[in-house]
Amino acid sequence: MTAVRESAVMGRAGVGRWLGIAALLTFLVLPLVPLVIWSVAFRWVYPDILPSEYSGRAWSSVFSSTNDVLGATIDTTLVALVVTVLSVLIGVPAGRALGLHEFRGKRLVELLILAPIIVPGLAVALGIHTLFIRYGLANSLVGVAIVHLIPTLPYMTLVMSGVFANYDADYEQQARSLGAGVIATQRYVTLPAIFPGLVVGALFTFLISWSQYVLTLLIGGGQVVTLPLLLFNFARSGENAIAGALSVIFVVPGIIVLALSNRYLAGEDAAVGGIGNL
Amino acid sequence: MGLKPRLSERGAQRLRIWLLLAPALSVIVVLFLGGLVSGFLRSLNYFPLIGLNDPNLDAYRSIFGDDTFVDSFILTFYIAFVSTFIASVLAVAAAVLLRPAFRGKRFVQFLFSLNLTVPHLVGAIGVLYLFSQSGLLSRLTAAGGLTDAPSDFPALVADPWAIGIIIQYVWKEVPFIGVIVLAILLSVGEDYESVARSLGASRWQAFRNVTLPLIMPGVVSASIIVFAFTFGAFEIPFLLGRTTPAALPVLAFRSYTNVDLAARPEAMAMAMVITFLSTLLVWAYLSLTKRYVRT
Repeated sequence: MTAVRESAVMGRAGVGRWLGIAALLTFLVLPLVPLVIWSVAFRWVYPDILPSEYSGRAWSSVFSSTNDVLGATIDTTLVALVVTVLSVLIGVPAGRALGLHEFRGKRLVELLILAPIIVPGLAVALGIHTLFIRYGLANSLVGVAIVHLIPTLPYMTLVMSGVFANYDADYEQQARSLGAGVIATQRYVTLPAIFPGLVVGALFTFLISWSQYVLTLLIGGGQVVTLPLLLFNFARSGENAIAGALSVIFVVPGIIVLALSNRYLAGEDAAVGGIGNL
Repeated sequence: MGLKPRLSERGAQRLRIWLLLAPALSVIVVLFLGGLVSGFLRSLNYFPLIGLNDPNLDAYRSIFGDDTFVDSFILTFYIAFVSTFIASVLAVAAAVLLRPAFRGKRFVQFLFSLNLTVPHLVGAIGVLYLFSQSGLLSRLTAAGGLTDAPSDFPALVADPWAIGIIIQYVWKEVPFIGVIVLAILLSVGEDYESVARSLGASRWQAFRNVTLPLIMPGVVSASIIVFAFTFGAFEIPFLLGRTTPAALPVLAFRSYTNVDLAARPEAMAMAMVITFLSTLLVWAYLSLTKRYVRT
């Protein structure tokens, strides 16, 4: 009797759970749907639920050389690559210091590294703009790449600090005592151990730079046009089809990164922590 | 003899630690603190390069005397608070839904985490095309006979209650908080809850008194990041918000890019207020919720 009632309750909970999951996923996927439809729409006027005419015009225009899209894609990628390399080179040593060692002043260092994640980028960027104008860094790709370090470097450092907290430095000692040099130890002991975390952190660092809007807008001063700036302008000026196609292009790297790193994000991973800034 | 080398060894160790930290700290000090200090001096009307040698508080007086700024502040706080609250509650519910093993879970989890990497800007444009008065939802209600014209559909974009902005933030942040909560739920397991249930706790009691305290630290740390972000974000209210009152970052940006350069100290003062408030709010939120986390 009780067993019957129990299973009936379970069955109902099962249906309720699936309804909940369906509602959740609908809410999460739905805003992306009109973007995809718009990208292939030619005529889509109110109150039509689907476009009355379709066309590949937006896509061919996005890929044509007369458009700014190619140049913007190259600039966005270039900046993101430079920012990622710099963040890795600077963030990995700092993450090692924070993850492996206790030392006086550690709390202060952690606070200083956390601060750029908490304080809004725009608030800092206004002051930086004044400095960059004076040193000739405003309105340039170099200046934009430098300013992107503000959100990316703290993120990479925190990810690596988490990775090194789970790393046993004794293996390095053993390698050294067996006669391995400093470089060989780093190459064959340290790097393989931290590699998965390093790759996931670097991929997300790339994405953080890739999707920056206001820092680029302000420091680039309209001279540096990256994909998000172009996308914003098309969306604002009502060019829905092109904005839709650009949106799809803009999300592709993120979805690839997510598919690649999905299993690493399953744990309570430091890598997730920084995505709030994406 | 034994003491001296050990001391110097420890000194060498400390030197090594600071050498590892030096590049990262220099970048953050120069860029982040340098930017803040430069903005602060400018907000005080102090800019020796163009002959402004006497710092004063005019910019602060001016913005606090202006209703536009006060309205913007209230709006920004409201958006950040409501978005963070709704996103946190929905994220916990979502994590509970996704916790047990079921068929197709990997695929469901992939869809759930899909928009973690979708930039905010894309989400904002999607919300615009979906929820505006001539958007997809409005067309669906028209097809269903609920509305006759775009103007019959409630204004959810550029509306007084900032509903479009809040929808966008909730949409983007539910998976962010949810993934963190889900990871905690899975690592804790269901044992504690089963024990509570077998001792006679109702489902709700077991959740409220056993599960919730376990996941609360994760929810709090994730929602702090969300709160700070929604308080200081620019492009979402810039695209989905009204012109007045505008969110604080939008207002600061507008007055910074004003053709009248005299408005710049005011923009810097707003930037300082945003910095101060986001720091303060995060601190207050932390100390308020700390009590809750411990119970």
